[in-house]
Amino acid sequence: MKQMPKEYYELLEKLQAVDFALVELTLYLDTHPNDYQAIQQFNQLAQQRKHLKKQYETAYGPLQQYGNSYSNYPWNWNDTPWPWQV
Amino acid sequence: MWIYEKKLQYPVRVSTCNPKLAKYLIEQYGGADGELAAALRYLNQRYSIPDKVIGLLTDIGTEELAHLEMIATMVYKLTKDATPEQLKEAGLDAHYVNHDRALFYHNAAGVPWTATYIQAKGDPIADLYEDIAAEEKARATYQWIINMSDDPDLNDGLRFLREREIIHAQRFREAVEILKEERDRKKFF
Amino acid sequence: MFTTRKQYEPYVSPFDPCAPILVKTYVTPPNLYVGFQPPNLPQFPLHEALKKGTLWKIFYDPYYSPYEMANKGDGQ
Repeated sequence: MKQMPKEYYELLEKLQAVDFALVELTLYLDTHPNDYQAIQQFNQLAQQRKHLKKQYETAYGPLQQYGNSYSNYPWNWNDTPWPWQV
Repeated sequence: MWIYEKKLQYPVRVSTCNPKLAKYLIEQYGGADGELAAALRYLNQRYSIPDKVIGLLTDIGTEELAHLEMIATMVYKLTKDATPEQLKEAGLDAHYVNHDRALFYHNAAGVPWTATYIQAKGDPIADLYEDIAAEEKARATYQWIINMSDDPDLNDGLRFLREREIIHAQRFREAVEILKEERDRKKFF
Repeated sequence: MFTTRKQYEPYVSPFDPCAPILVKTYVTPPNLYVGFQPPNLPQFPLHEALKKGTLWKIFYDPYYSPYEMANKGDGQ
């Protein structure tokens, strides 16, 4: 029986936290397009999420497909767990 | 186009095998004020709304799809290992006979999802007021589900989703202000 | 003191069949009061923001069931 290690959940939650702030800032900036400070924070977090994405995918496989993530051999997009299974 | 990301927006946990809660949760899956209706409502309104607020409708509509996946995850976890006997006790016998453990877009009373849940009047103010109302109704629905649930982990996820409705309502209110275009001007009538 | 929980006392008839609920409550969430969000409002740290469901402190208004209130008492 395959089970994900403790580190998986920790890294996933780290990514979820940064991504959540990016969602919040996106919605805020949709109605506040001239808030310079918020845009700075947004870009800084976007940079941070890029690093986290790389770290996550190296350890646990692709987050996105259609070419937005690289694949190992063999094709590992189908590998479990899917989000609702974890 | 849309690109799927293989993770949930929020770490969903469920602490007890209680399929009865799945019966309530399905309201937010295929109900009138549920996440499917929300996503389709906002994404559909984008084509006939001033350019200034298309981005907001796109982004909130997309977030609603992430919420739909969270609700599906909760229902999946609550039912996946439940026996037919347990499903029967939970009042899911009629669902089981038709669908086994498959999710279906219907509300807590088993009424299938319908496009009439979605309003699209083509009038920007009417549509945004509809969206604000939809968010407040979804917030209320989460309150009623939380009242029916004694699963602390499930309620944690439901509180997250309820809080998102508050933020979405706030942004839609701001969208109305943007379309009024009188925000920084003195008002003369 | 400001609160997002409001109360009212519904009329009670001597002929009501169920034991009367003397005080009913409803929610008036923070988005009703803030107006157009001003810039630079205080934020939660990232991990806390995820857990609370918002980045902005002013909009955080959690809801607990009566069951949870009785057991933990950490609701509003």
